[in-house]
Amino acid sequence: MTALLEVEDLRVAYGKIEAVKGISFTVEEGQIVTLIGTNGAGKTTTLRTLSGLLKPVGGRVTFNGKVLTRVPAHKIVSLGLAHSPEGRHIFPRLTIEQNLQLGAYLRKDPAGITADIQRAYDLFPILGERRKQAAGTLSGGEQQMLAMGRALMSQPKLLMLDEPSMGLSPIMMQKIMSTIVELKSQGTTILLVEQNAQAALSLADQAHVMEIGTIKLSGSGQDLLHDESVRKTYLGED
Amino acid sequence: MHTLPQQLANGLFLGSMYGLIAIGYTMVYGIVQLINFAHGEIFMTGAFGALTVWTNLPDGTSIWVGLPLMLIGGAIVSVLIAIGAERFAYRPLRNAPRLAPLITAIGLSLALQQAIFVWYPGADNAKTFPQLGTHPYHIGSVDIQRNDIFLVAAAVVCMIGLAAFVRTSRTGRAMQATAQDPDTAQLMGIDTNRIIVIAFAIGGLFAAVAGVASGLKYGQISYNMGFQAGLKAFTAAVLGGIGNIYGAMLGGLVLGIAEACASAYIANIPGMEQLGGQGWSNVWAFVLLIVVLLVRPQGLLGERVADRA
Repeated sequence: MTALLEVEDLRVAYGKIEAVKGISFTVEEGQIVTLIGTNGAGKTTTLRTLSGLLKPVGGRVTFNGKVLTRVPAHKIVSLGLAHSPEGRHIFPRLTIEQNLQLGAYLRKDPAGITADIQRAYDLFPILGERRKQAAGTLSGGEQQMLAMGRALMSQPKLLMLDEPSMGLSPIMMQKIMSTIVELKSQGTTILLVEQNAQAALSLADQAHVMEIGTIKLSGSGQDLLHDESVRKTYLGED
Repeated sequence: MHTLPQQLANGLFLGSMYGLIAIGYTMVYGIVQLINFAHGEIFMTGAFGALTVWTNLPDGTSIWVGLPLMLIGGAIVSVLIAIGAERFAYRPLRNAPRLAPLITAIGLSLALQQAIFVWYPGADNAKTFPQLGTHPYHIGSVDIQRNDIFLVAAAVVCMIGLAAFVRTSRTGRAMQATAQDPDTAQLMGIDTNRIIVIAFAIGGLFAAVAGVASGLKYGQISYNMGFQAGLKAFTAAVLGGIGNIYGAMLGGLVLGIAEACASAYIANIPGMEQLGGQGWSNVWAFVLLIVVLLVRPQGLLGERVADRA
């Protein structure tokens, strides 16, 4: 079985500083794969490169049989790869509904778009209640829901989520994490970047620990959850 | 002649022209945070493009037949220059420090002025521009020139068209998204380079309309007409809140009316007799800008940009 996403020896640099130093991993269809690690490990850089916002200096990314490395960012979403960026990045002065419509920018099926907006409102009822409100007025957790809903509007094969739990209350985080599991059960493949290692590992099929631009350790989510070095470094136990 | 309604009307006409040019500054700034200081010259070349069309029409052609053709000719010239400037001068500097595109814009501005001065036949002197007729209409005590009616009508049509485009079209929505967050706009599948080109093109189009209107209003055009008009329009854009299209038009109108009223009435204030009249109107325009920016640094309709975390 070939992987949906295949990353081989990916290298990304900001000027002369290499932020990602040759990482390789795969994401199989239907899985939740997570990248965990501290600030500056290169997780966000990796996702931004996969979605085309950054150009790698070396390596290869294959998605659904296509090489992505030279494809511009605005064409990657149409291949089925959606990215919900770190810090949510909703369009603050557009309404919630307009944000969701932008997620479906490249789709040409108005009826399907309307149905999917309704689906997003079913998934996150608060968004439906505030559909005409400027997105900038939402709370952090609500903005996160909107960012996820917006990414889903492109009907992605693979959804990349960058720090979806950042700055959220424990209740809101629970809601986001249970949504991720629900999305998986509906057939969406997920690549999750998280600082909250406990939460990420407990729902991941595959996990990779990143440290200063490299992958230090890989395994199933459960394995890493019980790995001693991971417990010490990322789960705050001694 | 010096009645208040007359001054308000004069200000409205002048302000409509500032507003039309200001749209180009504000749209480009809103999307790429670049002050296109060559925009005054895009306005100027539009006027010369229109004049070229007029001089190539058969003798005796009615201005009412010629005007639409002149607008098309001017628009083609301005839009091509605006797009060319974006593609070849500004895009290569997209990720350069802010100073680089700024200096490029000033250089481009001088280059365009000199190109017209040197190569346009007879442009070392002011060129006569066709007129719509010299008989003004009288509404009460207010005299209104035909060219001013054209100017206001053009500004209204352009502004309504632009507002409808930005609010309702798919490309307009993409434009708003790109202005608010260009990286995330790309993640939605928006080709932000295309959006930037469209912003420059709309600015060029409006500048051409203003260029034709300016020629009709003053009866002549010159290679350096873009400098002062551009500076005033930039002032209008900042006054209204740069990045906001409605602010650009409002800023233009406020500036035009303030100038007209200042040149008519300041001299009536005891002790300020020396500071009135046409010659001082530029001074009062910039005084207004400074005062507004002291009270409202983001401009009349601008939004206070919160510091990014």
